[in-house]
Amino acid sequence: MAKSDTPLLDELEGGKWPSFVKDMKQAAEKNPMAKDLMNQLELSYKEKIGHWKHGGIVGVKGYGAGVIGRYSDRPDLFPNVQAFHTMRVNHPTGWFYKTDALRNLCDVWDKHGSGLTNLHGSTGDAILLGTTTDHLQSCFDDLSGAGFDLGGSGSALRTPSACVGPGRCEWACIDSLDVCYNITMSFQDKIHRPMFPYKFKIKVSACPNDCVASIARSDFSVIGTWKGKISIDQKEVAAYAASGLDIQKEVCDLCPTKCMTWNGDELKIYDADCNRCMHCINLMTKALRQGKEKGATILIGGKAPIVEGALLSWVIVPFMKLEPPYEELKDLILRIQDWWDEYGKSRERLGELIKRLGMRVFLRAVGLPAVPQMVKAPRTNPYVFFWPEEIQKEVK
Amino acid sequence: MATDIGPPDYKTMLPPVIQRNYGKWRYHEILKPGVLLHVAESGEALYTVRAGSPRLLSTDHIREICDIAEKYCEGYLRFTSRNNIEFLLDNKESIEPLLAELDGRNYPVGGTGHSISNIVHTQGWVHCHTPATDASGPVKALMDEIYDYFVTMKLPAHIRIALACCLNMCGAVHCSDIAILGIHRTVPKPDNSRVPNLCEIPSTVASCPTGAIRGDMKNKTVTVNEDKCMYCGNCYTVCPAMPIADPDNDGISIWVGGKVSNARSAPTFSKLAIPFLPNNPPRWPEVVDAVKNIIEVYASHARKHERVGEWIERVGWERFFNLTGIPFTDKHIDDFTMATETFRSSTLFKWG
Repeated sequence: MAKSDTPLLDELEGGKWPSFVKDMKQAAEKNPMAKDLMNQLELSYKEKIGHWKHGGIVGVKGYGAGVIGRYSDRPDLFPNVQAFHTMRVNHPTGWFYKTDALRNLCDVWDKHGSGLTNLHGSTGDAILLGTTTDHLQSCFDDLSGAGFDLGGSGSALRTPSACVGPGRCEWACIDSLDVCYNITMSFQDKIHRPMFPYKFKIKVSACPNDCVASIARSDFSVIGTWKGKISIDQKEVAAYAASGLDIQKEVCDLCPTKCMTWNGDELKIYDADCNRCMHCINLMTKALRQGKEKGATILIGGKAPIVEGALLSWVIVPFMKLEPPYEELKDLILRIQDWWDEYGKSRERLGELIKRLGMRVFLRAVGLPAVPQMVKAPRTNPYVFFWPEEIQKEVK
Repeated sequence: MATDIGPPDYKTMLPPVIQRNYGKWRYHEILKPGVLLHVAESGEALYTVRAGSPRLLSTDHIREICDIAEKYCEGYLRFTSRNNIEFLLDNKESIEPLLAELDGRNYPVGGTGHSISNIVHTQGWVHCHTPATDASGPVKALMDEIYDYFVTMKLPAHIRIALACCLNMCGAVHCSDIAILGIHRTVPKPDNSRVPNLCEIPSTVASCPTGAIRGDMKNKTVTVNEDKCMYCGNCYTVCPAMPIADPDNDGISIWVGGKVSNARSAPTFSKLAIPFLPNNPPRWPEVVDAVKNIIEVYASHARKHERVGEWIERVGWERFFNLTGIPFTDKHIDDFTMATETFRSSTLFKWG
C-alpha cells in the first residue's frame, strides 16, 4: 500500500464521531483544491501552526461583504489553495431547507469551488470554503440564479439569525423567524455594504431560553417574553407528579423567585413575583402556558472579548409588542445604528461605545426612558452627572 | 443580474405539517435520545430525528443527507444552531427505519435533553489566519471520547461545549458550560520592514486593550511593551506584519460555568479553569482528558437540573478546584479592568 500523505489526519478518521477528515478526503478525490487544503492542514498538524495569510480585498460586483479573502502562505507547496476565498451564503431563516435547495447549493459549489462547506458557520451563514478570485463573480451569479444571496462580513450588519420559534416550539412568544427574515430583507444594503464602525449582530430568540444565544452573541438581542398569568392545567400537573416528577424539589425549590407552592394537590404561582425564567414551563410544558400578552425584551451590547472585554447584552426596552411590519423595532435599530455610526470609533462595538459614553447619553440620544428593569442595582458611587437644564443657573 | 435578493424565504422550506400548525404548537416530548415529538393544538404531530455532523461537510456528504431526507421525510430537514442535522417527519412509521438507516451510516443520533450536544466551533488551521490551535481536530478527538453523552441523556443537565481557536472568538464560546479556547503566550513580533507598507500605525496602537503598543514614528513602525502585552492578537488582526503564532507556546485554555439561557439563573460568562494545555495534534490528549475529568466530576456531584456553573456556584469554586484536582494558580485571579469585582471581600468561604 502506498504511504499516506496525511498520516496525522488519518488518525482522525477512526472513532465514533463523524470525521471531518472523511469529508475532506471525499472532496479531495475529485477536487485538487480540497486535496491541497488537506495537505496544507497536515503540515499545520505537523508544525503546530496555521498556514493562511491575511485576506486581501476581494468580492463581487456592488458588494463590500460576503466574501472573505484567504491566501496560503505556502503556495509553493500547495498551489491549488494559493487563493482560497470563503463565500458566506445567507441561510434560510431557522436553517430550514428543502433538499432541492441544498442540492442546488452543492451543484453551484462543485462547479466553482472546493466542494467543502460548513453547515453552518458561526454567524449562521452557509459557508462555502475556498474558491479562486476569478470564480467569485460567476459563483455569485449562479448562487443568485439558485435563489441564494451572500451574508454579511466586515464592518457590516452581519447575517441576522433566529431560533426555530413558531416553526416548532410551543414556547415561542414572538415570531422569531418572521422578525429575523423581515429584518434581513429590510436591511439588505447594510448587510452587503459595510458602512459601520465595526460589525453589528442581531439575533432573535422567541423565549428566555435563548436558543440562538442572542444575549451573548449579538449587539442587538431580541428575546421573546410575556406579561400576565402563567395558566395552570392542574390535571396535567398531577399527571407529571404521577409520572415521577418531584414537583416540590425539581420545580418549586429551583424556582429563582420562589413564586410557586405545591401542596401535593394544587400548584399555585404568584405571578407578580415571577421573573419568567422558563424553568417550570421547561419541566411541565403540558401543564403550564405563558401569560397571554406576548412581546419581546430588547437588550443591547453583547459581544466576545476583543477589544475591551466580553459583554452580555443588557435591557433597554423591557417589553415591546412585535407584530408585522415591525416598524417600532426597525426604527429603534436605525436610531441606535445612527448614533453608533456618529460617535463610535473605528472597531468600537456598540456595547463598548455605551461603556465609554454612558447609558445616560445613549438613552437621551435614542429617546428611551430610564427604567429600573435596565439595572441589577442602582449605582453605588457618587460620581453623578447632571444635565445643564437640571441645574439652577442663577443663584438668587 | 438582480442583487440584494436576500436569502430564500424560509416559508418555502417548511414541511406541510409545520405550515399547517405554524405558531400553534401545544407541547413536546423527548421520545428517546435524539427523537422529539411536537404536538400541535390541532392534534397533528411532528417528529424530529436529530443527528450529529462534523460541520465541515463535503458536497457529496450533503447530497447523502438529502438522499436520506428524501427517502424518509419528503426532503424536509433543518440544521440546529449547534450544527446538528434535524430530519422532520410527520409519519411515525418512518422513525424506526430512519434510525436504522442513520445507524447503518454511522450518524450519531442524540443531542437532546440532559446530554452533551454537538460542539460549536470555529475554523482553526483549516481556514483561519489567526488561530492558536486547530478547531475541527480537538472537537473530533473530544466527541469521540464523550460520544456516549451525546447518545444518552444521563447527565444532571445539558452541557454546552464550544471551541474557539483564538480570542477573537468567532464562535463566541464565552458563555459555555465548558469552553475550549486557543491562546497565544508570546508577544507579537513587528516586522519592521513590512509594517510601514502594510499597517496603519494609529489603528495598530489603538487596537491594543492594555496600551502595550507604541508608535515609532521615526522608523514608521511600532514597538511592543512585553510587560503589558497579554497576547490577545488583536494587533495582528489589524496589522498583518506583526505575527503572533508560536508553535512551541500556543495552546489551549479551558473555561467553565457559563450559560446563555435565563432558566433559573441569569446568563453568565465562563470562568478560567485551566490556563494552558499544549497543542498535541492529532488528538490533543491533554485537552480531551481535562474536559472529560470536568464532565465526570460534574456528573457525579451536581444535582438534577443544575448546569455546570450552577453546581459550582452552589458548592463554591474552592471546592470545584478541590474535586477536579485542577491546580489553582495566580493566572486564575483576574488582573484586567474589572478585576476587583471578582476578589472575595468577605470571610465567607469554604476550606475546599
